[in-house]
Amino acid sequence: MPPHTSTPKIEFVDVSYHVAGTQVLSGFNLQIANGETLVLLGRSGSGKTTTLKLINRLVSPTSGEIRVDGKPQQQIDVIRLRRGIGYVIQEVGLFPHFTVARNVGLVPKIEGWSEDRIQARVQELLQLVGLEGTLASRYPHQLSGGQRQRVGVARALAANPEILLMDEPFGALDPLTRDEVQREFLSLQQQLHKTVVFVTHDLHEALRLGSRIALMEAARLVTVLSPHEFLKSTDPWASAYVRAFGAGLEAAADRGTR
Amino acid sequence: MKVLRFMLQNQTQVRDLTLEHLWLVGVSTILAMLIGIPLGILIAHRTRLNKPVLASANIIQTIPGLALFGFLLPVPWLGARADRLAILALTLYALLPIIRNTYEGIRGVDPAVIEAGKGMGLTESQLLYQVELPLAVSVILSGVRVAVVISVGLATIAAAIGAGGLGEFIYRGLSMVDNRVILSGAIPAALLALLADFGVGWLERRLQPK
Repeated sequence: MPPHTSTPKIEFVDVSYHVAGTQVLSGFNLQIANGETLVLLGRSGSGKTTTLKLINRLVSPTSGEIRVDGKPQQQIDVIRLRRGIGYVIQEVGLFPHFTVARNVGLVPKIEGWSEDRIQARVQELLQLVGLEGTLASRYPHQLSGGQRQRVGVARALAANPEILLMDEPFGALDPLTRDEVQREFLSLQQQLHKTVVFVTHDLHEALRLGSRIALMEAARLVTVLSPHEFLKSTDPWASAYVRAFGAGLEAAADRGTR
Repeated sequence: MKVLRFMLQNQTQVRDLTLEHLWLVGVSTILAMLIGIPLGILIAHRTRLNKPVLASANIIQTIPGLALFGFLLPVPWLGARADRLAILALTLYALLPIIRNTYEGIRGVDPAVIEAGKGMGLTESQLLYQVELPLAVSVILSGVRVAVVISVGLATIAAAIGAGGLGEFIYRGLSMVDNRVILSGAIPAALLALLADFGVGWLERRLQPK
Protein backbone atom coordinates (compact mmCIF):
# COMPACT_ATOMS: atom_id res chain seq x y z
CA MET A 1 0.00 0.00 0.00
CA PRO A 2 1.28 3.46 -0.78
CA PRO A 3 2.41 5.24 2.36
CA HIS A 4 0.40 8.32 3.37
CA THR A 5 2.68 11.06 2.08
CA SER A 6 1.05 14.21 0.82
CA THR A 7 2.98 14.63 -2.44
CA PRO A 8 3.18 11.72 -4.86
CA LYS A 9 6.68 10.79 -6.03
CA ILE A 10 5.63 11.00 -9.65
CA GLU A 11 2.51 12.65 -10.99
CA PHE A 12 1.03 12.81 -14.49
CA VAL A 13 -1.39 15.69 -14.99
CA ASP A 14 -3.46 15.57 -18.19
CA VAL A 15 -0.53 14.33 -20.20
CA SER A 16 -0.88 13.77 -23.93
CA TYR A 17 1.75 12.80 -26.42
CA HIS A 18 1.37 12.53 -30.13
CA VAL A 19 3.89 12.03 -32.84
CA ALA A 20 3.28 12.41 -36.58
CA GLY A 21 -0.48 12.62 -36.07
CA THR A 22 -0.70 9.43 -34.01
CA GLN A 23 -2.05 9.63 -30.49
CA VAL A 24 0.42 7.67 -28.36
CA LEU A 25 -0.91 8.87 -25.04
CA SER A 26 -3.97 10.94 -24.30
CA GLY A 27 -5.47 12.57 -21.23
CA PHE A 28 -3.22 10.59 -18.91
CA ASN A 29 -3.57 11.18 -15.17
CA LEU A 30 -1.73 9.08 -12.63
CA GLN A 31 -0.14 9.47 -9.23
CA ILE A 32 2.66 7.16 -8.16
CA ALA A 33 3.37 7.06 -4.44
CA ASN A 34 6.77 6.99 -2.83
CA GLY A 35 8.09 3.43 -2.40
CA GLU A 36 5.42 1.62 -4.40
CA THR A 37 5.89 -0.67 -7.38
CA LEU A 38 3.48 0.48 -10.03
CA VAL A 39 3.09 -1.87 -12.95
CA LEU A 40 2.01 -0.51 -16.32
CA LEU A 41 0.21 -3.39 -17.97
CA GLY A 42 -1.05 -3.39 -21.54
CA ARG A 43 -0.47 -4.77 -24.96
CA SER A 44 2.14 -3.64 -27.47
CA GLY A 45 1.39 -0.14 -28.68
CA SER A 46 -0.81 0.77 -25.74
CA GLY A 47 1.57 3.53 -24.65
CA LYS A 48 3.34 1.86 -21.71
CA THR A 49 6.89 2.48 -22.85
CA THR A 50 6.11 6.07 -23.81
CA THR A 51 4.66 6.64 -20.34
CA LEU A 52 7.92 5.37 -18.86
CA LYS A 53 10.08 7.51 -21.13
CA LEU A 54 8.06 10.57 -20.23
CA ILE A 55 9.25 10.15 -16.65
CA ASN A 56 12.96 10.42 -17.48
CA ARG A 57 12.20 12.75 -20.37
CA LEU A 58 13.50 10.59 -23.15
CA VAL A 59 10.27 11.95 -24.65
CA SER A 60 8.60 15.25 -23.82
CA PRO A 61 4.83 15.53 -23.54
CA THR A 62 2.86 17.33 -26.23
CA SER A 63 0.65 18.77 -23.52
CA GLY A 64 0.17 18.37 -19.80
CA GLU A 65 2.70 18.15 -17.03
CA ILE A 66 4.76 15.55 -15.22
CA ARG A 67 5.86 16.28 -11.68
CA VAL A 68 8.63 14.56 -9.78
CA ASP A 69 8.56 15.15 -6.01
CA GLY A 70 5.86 17.72 -6.67
CA LYS A 71 8.14 19.73 -8.95
CA PRO A 72 7.22 20.26 -12.58
CA GLN A 73 9.71 18.33 -14.66
CA GLN A 74 10.63 21.30 -16.85
CA GLN A 75 12.09 23.03 -13.81
CA ILE A 76 14.58 20.21 -13.27
CA ASP A 77 17.77 20.00 -15.34
CA VAL A 78 17.26 16.98 -17.58
CA ILE A 79 20.69 15.48 -16.87
CA ARG A 80 20.18 15.83 -13.09
CA LEU A 81 16.69 14.36 -13.44
CA ARG A 82 18.00 11.29 -15.29
CA ARG A 83 20.90 10.70 -12.91
CA GLY A 84 18.35 10.48 -10.11
CA ILE A 85 16.33 7.84 -11.95
CA GLY A 86 17.55 4.30 -12.63
CA TYR A 87 16.59 2.94 -16.03
CA VAL A 88 16.50 -0.71 -17.04
CA ILE A 89 15.44 -1.87 -20.51
CA GLN A 90 14.76 -5.26 -22.03
CA GLU A 91 17.80 -5.12 -24.35
CA VAL A 92 19.82 -4.11 -21.25
CA GLY A 93 22.11 -1.84 -23.31
CA LEU A 94 25.32 -2.58 -21.42
CA PHE A 95 28.33 -0.79 -22.90
CA PRO A 96 30.05 -3.61 -24.79
CA HIS A 97 33.52 -2.02 -24.55
CA PHE A 98 33.37 -1.59 -20.77
CA THR A 99 33.89 -4.28 -18.14
CA VAL A 100 31.04 -5.05 -15.76
CA ALA A 101 32.74 -2.88 -13.14
CA ARG A 102 33.01 0.11 -15.48
CA ASN A 103 29.42 -0.33 -16.65
CA VAL A 104 28.12 -0.33 -13.09
CA GLY A 105 30.52 2.39 -11.92
CA LEU A 106 30.00 4.82 -14.80
CA VAL A 107 27.45 7.18 -13.24
CA PRO A 108 29.26 7.26 -9.86
CA LYS A 109 32.46 8.06 -11.75
CA ILE A 110 30.84 10.89 -13.68
CA GLU A 111 29.42 12.12 -10.40
CA GLY A 112 32.99 12.36 -9.13
CA TRP A 113 33.13 9.54 -6.60
CA SER A 114 36.60 8.36 -5.51
CA GLU A 115 37.97 5.21 -7.13
CA ASP A 116 37.87 3.26 -3.83
CA ARG A 117 34.28 4.20 -3.19
CA ILE A 118 33.29 3.17 -6.73
CA GLN A 119 35.00 -0.21 -6.36
CA ALA A 120 33.28 -0.84 -3.05
CA ARG A 121 29.93 0.20 -4.51
CA VAL A 122 30.35 -2.09 -7.51
CA GLN A 123 31.08 -5.07 -5.25
CA GLU A 124 28.15 -4.22 -3.00
CA LEU A 125 25.77 -3.96 -5.95
CA LEU A 126 26.91 -7.16 -7.64
CA GLN A 127 26.28 -8.99 -4.39
CA LEU A 128 22.90 -7.31 -4.04
CA VAL A 129 21.74 -8.56 -7.45
CA GLY A 130 23.10 -12.05 -6.79
CA LEU A 131 26.28 -12.00 -8.85
CA GLU A 132 29.80 -13.12 -7.98
CA GLY A 133 32.21 -10.25 -7.35
CA THR A 134 34.70 -11.90 -9.71
CA LEU A 135 32.42 -11.04 -12.65
CA ALA A 136 33.46 -7.40 -12.24
CA SER A 137 36.37 -7.76 -14.67
CA ARG A 138 34.35 -9.55 -17.38
CA TYR A 139 32.93 -7.97 -20.52
CA PRO A 140 29.18 -8.09 -21.26
CA HIS A 141 29.57 -10.60 -24.11
CA GLN A 142 31.07 -13.06 -21.66
CA LEU A 143 27.89 -13.14 -19.55
CA SER A 144 24.63 -15.08 -19.83
CA GLY A 145 21.35 -13.26 -20.51
CA GLY A 146 20.29 -13.47 -16.87
CA GLN A 147 23.66 -12.17 -15.68
CA ARG A 148 23.52 -9.28 -18.12
CA GLN A 149 20.08 -8.30 -16.93
CA ARG A 150 21.29 -8.38 -13.31
CA VAL A 151 24.23 -6.16 -14.24
CA GLY A 152 21.71 -3.82 -15.89
CA VAL A 153 19.79 -3.59 -12.61
CA ALA A 154 23.03 -3.06 -10.64
CA ARG A 155 24.02 -0.26 -13.03
CA ALA A 156 20.63 1.42 -12.64
CA LEU A 157 20.99 1.32 -8.85
CA ALA A 158 24.60 2.53 -8.82
CA ALA A 159 24.12 6.15 -7.81
CA ASN A 160 21.34 5.18 -5.41
CA PRO A 161 18.40 6.74 -7.29
CA GLU A 162 15.03 7.02 -5.57
CA ILE A 163 13.14 6.07 -8.71
CA LEU A 164 13.64 2.99 -10.86
CA LEU A 165 12.09 2.64 -14.32
CA MET A 166 11.99 -0.86 -15.74
CA ASP A 167 10.83 -1.54 -19.30
CA GLU A 168 10.04 -5.25 -19.69
CA PRO A 169 13.37 -6.02 -18.05
CA PHE A 170 12.78 -9.76 -17.77
CA GLY A 171 10.89 -10.21 -21.04
CA ALA A 172 13.76 -11.82 -22.96
CA LEU A 173 14.76 -14.31 -20.26
CA ASP A 174 13.90 -18.00 -20.18
CA PRO A 175 11.06 -18.89 -17.76
CA LEU A 176 13.29 -20.36 -15.05
CA THR A 177 15.69 -17.41 -15.00
CA ARG A 178 12.73 -15.04 -15.14
CA ASP A 179 11.17 -16.69 -12.12
CA GLU A 180 14.49 -16.37 -10.30
CA VAL A 181 15.02 -12.69 -11.06
CA GLN A 182 11.41 -11.86 -10.23
CA ARG A 183 11.88 -13.42 -6.82
CA GLU A 184 15.13 -11.50 -6.37
CA PHE A 185 13.42 -8.30 -7.43
CA LEU A 186 10.79 -8.75 -4.71
CA SER A 187 13.35 -9.30 -1.97
CA LEU A 188 15.46 -6.43 -3.30
CA GLN A 189 12.49 -4.11 -3.25
CA GLN A 190 11.74 -5.11 0.36
CA GLN A 191 15.20 -3.88 1.33
CA LEU A 192 15.40 -0.81 -0.86
CA HIS A 193 11.85 0.65 -1.08
CA LYS A 194 12.49 2.42 -4.36
CA THR A 195 9.66 3.97 -6.28
CA VAL A 196 9.45 1.54 -9.18
CA VAL A 197 7.53 1.92 -12.42
CA PHE A 198 7.53 -1.41 -14.21
CA VAL A 199 6.29 -2.07 -17.74
CA THR A 200 5.10 -5.51 -18.76
CA HIS A 201 2.48 -7.25 -20.86
CA ASP A 202 2.61 -10.34 -18.69
CA LEU A 203 -0.27 -10.49 -16.19
CA HIS A 204 1.56 -13.03 -14.04
CA GLU A 205 4.50 -10.70 -13.68
CA ALA A 206 2.21 -7.75 -12.99
CA LEU A 207 0.31 -9.59 -10.24
CA ARG A 208 3.46 -10.89 -8.68
CA LEU A 209 5.56 -7.73 -8.62
CA GLY A 210 3.13 -4.82 -8.52
CA SER A 211 1.68 -3.11 -5.50
CA ARG A 212 -0.73 -1.56 -8.00
CA ILE A 213 -1.45 -2.30 -11.62
CA ALA A 214 -2.24 0.44 -14.10
CA LEU A 215 -3.98 -1.07 -17.11
CA MET A 216 -3.49 0.70 -20.42
CA GLU A 217 -5.29 0.26 -23.71
CA ALA A 218 -5.09 2.31 -26.91
CA ALA A 219 -3.17 5.30 -25.53
CA ARG A 220 -5.38 5.57 -22.44
CA LEU A 221 -5.24 4.58 -18.82
CA VAL A 222 -8.16 2.21 -18.26
CA THR A 223 -7.95 1.63 -14.53
CA VAL A 224 -5.56 1.35 -11.58
CA LEU A 225 -6.11 -1.60 -9.25
CA SER A 226 -4.31 -3.65 -6.63
CA PRO A 227 -3.47 -7.22 -7.73
CA HIS A 228 -6.38 -8.69 -5.76
CA GLU A 229 -8.83 -6.13 -7.03
CA PHE A 230 -7.56 -6.82 -10.53
CA LEU A 231 -8.45 -10.51 -10.39
CA LYS A 232 -11.99 -9.73 -9.19
CA SER A 233 -12.51 -6.69 -11.38
CA THR A 234 -15.58 -6.45 -13.57
CA ASP A 235 -13.89 -3.91 -15.82
CA PRO A 236 -14.18 -5.37 -19.33
CA TRP A 237 -10.48 -4.87 -20.18
CA ALA A 238 -9.21 -6.21 -16.86
CA SER A 239 -11.42 -9.28 -17.00
CA ALA A 240 -10.45 -9.81 -20.63
CA TYR A 241 -6.86 -9.98 -19.44
CA VAL A 242 -7.66 -12.42 -16.67
CA ARG A 243 -9.65 -14.56 -19.10
CA ALA A 244 -6.90 -14.50 -21.73
CA PHE A 245 -4.27 -15.64 -19.28
CA GLY A 246 -6.53 -18.11 -17.47
CA ALA A 247 -7.77 -19.63 -20.70
CA GLY A 248 -4.25 -19.72 -22.06
CA LEU A 249 -3.07 -21.66 -19.04
CA GLU A 250 -5.94 -24.16 -19.20
CA ALA A 251 -5.45 -24.68 -22.91
CA ALA A 252 -1.76 -25.24 -22.36
CA ALA A 253 -2.47 -27.77 -19.64
CA ASP A 254 -5.03 -29.52 -21.84
CA ARG A 255 -2.65 -30.19 -24.67
CA GLY A 256 -2.32 -33.81 -25.56
CA THR A 257 -5.29 -34.88 -23.44
CA ARG A 258 -7.85 -33.96 -26.05
CA MET B 1 68.21 -5.63 -61.25
CA LYS B 2 68.73 -2.69 -63.56
CA VAL B 3 65.97 -0.89 -61.68
CA LEU B 4 67.59 -1.60 -58.34
CA ARG B 5 70.97 -0.37 -59.58
CA PHE B 6 69.36 2.82 -60.90
CA MET B 7 67.62 3.38 -57.58
CA LEU B 8 70.83 2.88 -55.64
CA GLN B 9 72.67 5.28 -57.89
CA ASN B 10 69.97 7.87 -57.26
CA GLN B 11 69.44 7.04 -53.58
CA THR B 12 69.22 10.59 -52.33
CA GLN B 13 66.68 11.54 -54.91
CA VAL B 14 64.56 8.45 -54.26
CA ARG B 15 64.68 9.26 -50.56
CA ASP B 16 63.81 12.92 -51.02
CA LEU B 17 60.91 12.22 -53.34
CA THR B 18 59.59 9.50 -51.03
CA LEU B 19 59.68 11.93 -48.11
CA GLU B 20 57.95 14.56 -50.24
CA HIS B 21 55.33 11.99 -51.17
CA LEU B 22 54.82 11.08 -47.52
CA TRP B 23 54.48 14.75 -46.66
CA LEU B 24 51.75 15.30 -49.25
CA VAL B 25 49.82 12.20 -48.17
CA GLY B 26 50.36 12.72 -44.44
CA VAL B 27 49.30 16.36 -44.30
CA SER B 28 46.28 15.83 -46.54
CA THR B 29 45.13 12.78 -44.56
CA ILE B 30 45.40 14.63 -41.26
CA LEU B 31 43.45 17.57 -42.71
CA ALA B 32 40.81 15.23 -44.10
CA MET B 33 40.45 13.58 -40.68
CA LEU B 34 40.18 16.95 -38.95
CA ILE B 35 37.36 17.93 -41.29
CA GLY B 36 35.80 14.56 -42.09
CA ILE B 37 35.43 13.05 -38.62
CA PRO B 38 33.55 16.00 -37.08
CA LEU B 39 31.42 16.22 -40.21
CA GLY B 40 30.63 12.50 -40.02
CA ILE B 41 29.67 12.88 -36.35
CA LEU B 42 27.48 15.85 -37.20
CA ILE B 43 25.54 14.06 -39.93
CA ALA B 44 25.16 10.94 -37.76
CA HIS B 45 23.37 13.09 -35.17
CA ARG B 46 21.54 15.46 -37.51
CA THR B 47 20.39 12.93 -40.08
CA ARG B 48 18.74 15.61 -42.17
CA LEU B 49 22.22 16.77 -43.24
CA ASN B 50 23.54 13.39 -44.26
CA LYS B 51 22.25 13.36 -47.84
CA PRO B 52 23.65 16.78 -48.92
CA VAL B 53 26.99 16.24 -47.19
CA LEU B 54 27.57 12.74 -48.53
CA ALA B 55 26.40 13.79 -51.99
CA SER B 56 28.87 16.71 -52.07
CA ALA B 57 31.75 14.47 -51.00
CA ASN B 58 30.66 11.99 -53.64
CA ILE B 59 30.67 14.62 -56.40
CA ILE B 60 34.19 15.72 -55.48
CA GLN B 61 35.23 12.10 -55.74
CA THR B 62 33.99 11.90 -59.33
CA ILE B 63 36.12 14.82 -60.60
CA PRO B 64 39.12 13.32 -62.42
CA GLY B 65 42.33 13.90 -60.46
CA LEU B 66 44.24 15.75 -63.15
CA ALA B 67 41.27 18.02 -63.84
CA LEU B 68 40.90 18.95 -60.17
CA PHE B 69 44.57 19.92 -60.00
CA GLY B 70 44.03 22.00 -63.13
CA PHE B 71 40.89 23.72 -61.79
CA LEU B 72 42.67 24.77 -58.61
CA LEU B 73 45.74 26.15 -60.37
CA PRO B 74 44.37 29.70 -60.95
CA VAL B 75 43.23 30.12 -57.30
CA PRO B 76 45.43 32.96 -55.91
CA TRP B 77 47.12 31.83 -52.66
CA LEU B 78 46.81 28.16 -53.50
CA GLY B 79 48.12 28.34 -57.04
CA ALA B 80 51.23 30.11 -55.81
CA ARG B 81 52.72 26.89 -54.50
CA ALA B 82 52.13 23.54 -56.11
CA ASP B 83 52.34 21.54 -52.86
CA ARG B 84 49.55 23.57 -51.23
CA LEU B 85 47.41 22.85 -54.19
CA ALA B 86 48.21 19.16 -54.21
CA ILE B 87 47.47 18.90 -50.48
CA LEU B 88 44.09 20.57 -50.93
CA ALA B 89 43.14 18.28 -53.79
CA LEU B 90 44.24 15.16 -51.89
CA THR B 91 42.34 16.35 -48.81
CA LEU B 92 39.15 16.73 -50.84
CA TYR B 93 39.52 13.21 -52.24
CA ALA B 94 40.15 11.70 -48.82
CA LEU B 95 37.00 13.24 -47.34
CA LEU B 96 34.41 10.82 -48.68
CA PRO B 97 35.66 7.56 -47.15
CA ILE B 98 36.35 9.29 -43.84
CA ILE B 99 32.99 11.06 -43.59
CA ARG B 100 31.08 7.99 -44.72
CA ASN B 101 32.78 5.60 -42.34
CA THR B 102 32.45 7.96 -39.38
CA TYR B 103 28.75 8.32 -40.15
CA GLU B 104 28.24 4.59 -40.52
CA GLY B 105 30.37 3.72 -37.52
CA ILE B 106 28.31 5.93 -35.24
CA ARG B 107 24.98 4.97 -36.74
CA GLY B 108 25.99 1.35 -36.26
CA VAL B 109 26.19 1.61 -32.47
CA ASP B 110 23.42 -0.49 -30.88
CA PRO B 111 20.44 1.85 -30.25
CA ALA B 112 19.77 0.12 -26.92
CA VAL B 113 23.24 1.18 -25.75
CA ILE B 114 22.55 4.79 -26.73
CA GLU B 115 19.16 4.74 -25.05
CA ALA B 116 20.59 3.26 -21.87
CA GLY B 117 23.33 5.90 -21.90
CA LYS B 118 20.87 8.76 -22.34
CA GLY B 119 18.57 7.31 -19.69
CA MET B 120 21.48 7.17 -17.22
CA GLY B 121 21.97 10.89 -17.67
CA LEU B 122 25.07 11.01 -19.85
CA THR B 123 25.45 14.37 -21.55
CA GLU B 124 25.76 14.48 -25.32
CA SER B 125 29.54 14.83 -25.17
CA GLN B 126 29.94 12.08 -22.57
CA LEU B 127 27.90 9.82 -24.81
CA LEU B 128 30.04 10.77 -27.80
CA TYR B 129 33.47 10.36 -26.23
CA GLN B 130 32.79 7.45 -23.91
CA VAL B 131 30.39 5.40 -25.97
CA GLU B 132 29.88 6.34 -29.62
CA LEU B 133 33.46 7.09 -30.70
CA PRO B 134 35.11 4.15 -28.91
CA LEU B 135 32.54 1.80 -30.45
CA ALA B 136 32.90 3.35 -33.91
CA VAL B 137 36.67 3.75 -33.93
CA SER B 138 37.54 0.67 -35.97
CA VAL B 139 35.00 1.54 -38.67
CA ILE B 140 36.33 5.12 -38.78
CA LEU B 141 39.91 3.88 -39.10
CA SER B 142 39.03 1.56 -41.93
CA GLY B 143 37.77 4.67 -43.74
CA VAL B 144 41.07 6.39 -43.01
CA ARG B 145 42.88 3.35 -44.36
CA VAL B 146 41.00 3.52 -47.66
CA ALA B 147 41.69 7.27 -47.84
CA VAL B 148 45.44 6.83 -47.29
CA VAL B 149 45.79 4.10 -49.88
CA ILE B 150 43.90 6.19 -52.46
CA SER B 151 46.01 9.24 -51.61
CA VAL B 152 49.33 7.45 -52.05
CA GLY B 153 48.33 6.52 -55.58
CA LEU B 154 46.71 9.85 -56.39
CA ALA B 155 49.67 11.86 -55.09
CA THR B 156 51.77 10.59 -58.00
CA ILE B 157 49.67 12.85 -60.25
CA ALA B 158 50.74 15.85 -58.16
CA ALA B 159 54.04 15.79 -60.02
CA ALA B 160 52.15 16.89 -63.13
CA ILE B 161 51.68 20.33 -61.56
CA GLY B 162 55.18 20.36 -60.10
CA ALA B 163 54.27 19.44 -56.52
CA GLY B 164 56.97 16.77 -56.36
CA GLY B 165 56.65 13.32 -54.88
CA LEU B 166 57.36 9.98 -56.48
CA GLY B 167 55.30 11.00 -59.50
CA GLU B 168 58.36 12.94 -60.68
CA PHE B 169 60.14 9.71 -61.55
CA ILE B 170 57.06 8.37 -63.27
CA TYR B 171 56.59 11.44 -65.47
CA ARG B 172 60.30 11.70 -66.18
CA GLY B 173 60.44 8.02 -67.09
CA LEU B 174 57.44 8.38 -69.35
CA SER B 175 59.01 11.21 -71.32
CA MET B 176 62.37 9.44 -71.45
CA VAL B 177 60.66 6.14 -72.35
CA ASP B 178 62.77 4.52 -69.64
CA ASN B 179 61.13 1.82 -67.53
CA ARG B 180 63.85 1.97 -64.89
CA VAL B 181 62.94 5.53 -64.08
CA ILE B 182 59.19 4.84 -64.06
CA LEU B 183 59.64 1.90 -61.71
CA SER B 184 61.86 3.93 -59.39
CA GLY B 185 58.76 6.00 -58.69
CA ALA B 186 56.14 3.27 -58.92
CA ILE B 187 57.80 0.69 -56.67
CA PRO B 188 58.34 2.97 -53.66
CA ALA B 189 54.79 4.31 -54.12
CA ALA B 190 53.34 0.80 -54.09
CA LEU B 191 55.41 -0.06 -51.01
CA LEU B 192 54.18 3.08 -49.27
CA ALA B 193 50.57 2.12 -50.01
CA LEU B 194 51.10 -1.38 -48.63
CA LEU B 195 52.86 -0.04 -45.56
CA ALA B 196 50.09 2.49 -44.86
CA ASP B 197 47.45 -0.19 -45.36
CA PHE B 198 49.22 -2.47 -42.93
CA GLY B 199 49.95 0.27 -40.39
CA VAL B 200 46.44 1.67 -40.14
CA GLY B 201 45.03 -1.87 -40.24
CA TRP B 202 47.16 -2.76 -37.25
CA LEU B 203 45.92 0.33 -35.37
CA GLU B 204 42.36 -0.58 -36.32
CA ARG B 205 42.69 -4.02 -34.73
CA ARG B 206 44.42 -2.63 -31.64
CA LEU B 207 41.61 -0.17 -31.00
CA GLN B 208 38.76 -2.56 -31.79
CA PRO B 209 36.36 -2.70 -28.83
CA LYS B 210 36.39 -6.04 -27.07
